[in-house]
Amino acid sequence: MKVLTPYLFIAAAVALLLLLTYLPAANMVWYSLTDWDGLDLEKQFVWFDNYVEVFTNPQIFGVFAVSLYYFVASFAQMAIALYFAALLSYRTRFSNLFRGILFFPYLINGVAIGFVFLYVFQPGGTLDTVLGAIGFSDTPQWLGDPAVANFSLAGTSVWRYTGLNFVLFLGAIQSIPGELYEAAEIDGANRWQQFWALTFPGIRRIIGLSFILAIAGSLSVFEIPFIMTGGANGTSTFVIQTLQTAFNFRQVGLASAMAVVLLVIVLLVTWIQRRVFPDEKVDLT
Amino acid sequence: MASRKAFASAIAGAAVAALLLTSCSGAPTDDGGSGLDGEVKGEVNFITWRTDLIQDGTFDKYAEEFTAKYPDASVKFEGITDYEGEMRTRLSTTNFGDVLGIPNSVLPDQLADFFEPLGQTADLAADYRFLAPKSFEGVQYGIALGGNANGVLYNKDVYEQAGVTEFPKTEEEWLAAAAKIKATGSIPLYTNYKDGWPLSQWSGNLGAVTGDPDAVNKIAEEDSPWTEGGELYVIDSLIYETVAAGLTEDDPLTTNWEQSKVDLATGKIATMVLGSWAISQMQAAASDNGIDPGVVGYAALPSTASDGKQYAIVGGDYNLGINKHSEVKAAAKAWIDFLIEDSGFTDTQGMVSPLLSKDLPDNLAGFADAGVELLELNAAPAGKEALFNNIADTAQIDIWGQIYRQKLVDIARGAADGDKDSYFAELNQRWADARGQVS
Repeated sequence: MKVLTPYLFIAAAVALLLLLTYLPAANMVWYSLTDWDGLDLEKQFVWFDNYVEVFTNPQIFGVFAVSLYYFVASFAQMAIALYFAALLSYRTRFSNLFRGILFFPYLINGVAIGFVFLYVFQPGGTLDTVLGAIGFSDTPQWLGDPAVANFSLAGTSVWRYTGLNFVLFLGAIQSIPGELYEAAEIDGANRWQQFWALTFPGIRRIIGLSFILAIAGSLSVFEIPFIMTGGANGTSTFVIQTLQTAFNFRQVGLASAMAVVLLVIVLLVTWIQRRVFPDEKVDLT
Repeated sequence: MASRKAFASAIAGAAVAALLLTSCSGAPTDDGGSGLDGEVKGEVNFITWRTDLIQDGTFDKYAEEFTAKYPDASVKFEGITDYEGEMRTRLSTTNFGDVLGIPNSVLPDQLADFFEPLGQTADLAADYRFLAPKSFEGVQYGIALGGNANGVLYNKDVYEQAGVTEFPKTEEEWLAAAAKIKATGSIPLYTNYKDGWPLSQWSGNLGAVTGDPDAVNKIAEEDSPWTEGGELYVIDSLIYETVAAGLTEDDPLTTNWEQSKVDLATGKIATMVLGSWAISQMQAAASDNGIDPGVVGYAALPSTASDGKQYAIVGGDYNLGINKHSEVKAAAKAWIDFLIEDSGFTDTQGMVSPLLSKDLPDNLAGFADAGVELLELNAAPAGKEALFNNIADTAQIDIWGQIYRQKLVDIARGAADGDKDSYFAELNQRWADARGQVS
């Protein structure tokens, strides 16, 4: 009985995981080998036709270009988060308040953020009003102009996810022993030197992790563009396109293949990244 | 949200009965899961897309009347906002209500997998309109709860102020009128691009251009439907030219359906292309803003067929069907009949009744005055019921959706590469390729 106890504890969790994650995923792989339209009672097995289609139809892969906007934006996001995390790790006046303010956007539901920013970006909306007040009156259509739309959406994404990066960085910074900073101060290191010699190497691992999340995230962007533009005006991402393939064009088989391909790409990118930037042991002493 | 029930379509069926069994005790019933002739009893679960009618109590009132008529039967309601999306998933179970609107994603050759046959189409044709879309191999699976005409909603005052006395009948007249309207400060045409589905409403006019009831079936047999004079060409060209001339809203990415109703009523917007189901909603928006609802006009698509006449397509909205797995099929059928014949639903909604014996609603009077001929599309020929949709899906051109039309608008306003000719050529190419793959 004693031997069994630990297994009993994890059994429920594993069962749920299998039922809700791995079983549907296995199902999806099976669908990707059929020509199912989402309703037919019989699914015809078509081997790898769907995968051939994914890789030969330029319409399908073309949308990955849109991910670049989000990828570039994620660097801005990490820079902003790192800046504030470094700043607020020191004892600053109202630092808890500022921490709260920075983390807050991450707590809001993504759908709500989409709607809020729809108003922000409307012609004559919040953003135009603010810019008008400081003298910029000739503003573009933030979502309507195809040259600007993806920047607006990527900007919204930065606003939303900076808080998460910020908290990760802040937590990592605070786990660096305080004596090291004291010692550095006694040695006469200024704040900038402290950051480069102590803080940055101390949180390198977490920066690496954020980097992986940023790549995976920018390949699979979904809710912000889906809610704000529905993928129109050249803002369609791979996930939006997968969804349209499955439900607007009733090609669930093909869409499943697209989803599997995306999964493989994300795994591949992560693996390459781990090989190129191996996980080094951090030693601050 | 329910008020935007957007798609023209059709009927449906019924279903489930999960919870209750009519008779475990007494004598065995003979309807044992099939047939519609059994005793009318049990609780009917009605899944509906009209959440607004659940909220305002209209359906509850109908349910009371129904129970008064059939004391052993009752109805409960389940309203679903994202009706198409959610029902598509639920159809893979057996639990999809007893009576429901047949989702548009169910193609004719799949009807028998999910829905109970309601009779031979030929027999029902003596009494009902709009049977074609939910009929397969001569068997009827759904009956429309109501029907709509398709055309253009417009603000009569705006037209008057702009000095346009007669609603345009050709693309040229339309563009000229729109330019005059723009001068008055109104938006001549509102696309509702951001909400998307209103762009699909243009397709409701397929058939009206040439006045041919077989227009849609013919498109499935053509390699290049976007050719001058063709239905799709005329409709999409109208959108393209209007947008290209700057006669639509400035920023299509920030349109707002709820607000557009008020804006049409108050004259900020001059026209929108929608089914006649939208008339009552626009009128309500007018009343709410202290404007005479009579300001809302309804006209046929600005195009005239080669015989010099104008046509408007009438078609069924969602069709009511009965779930094949239902345990209370007789009561379900009674409920459908009650809704269509006794409830007064189509009168209060300003819709066309599916019963041939009932007159057209008042809000279509404008059509009669303008000499517009109403036309119902023919069913696809036997064996080709799903052909049109299969080609469209394979080509990834969503004729009944908005994605390809949003691209059209983007091109027209210079936000995407290409022009009308190049895009139509591309659509023709994709259509032809898909036809090759499907047939």
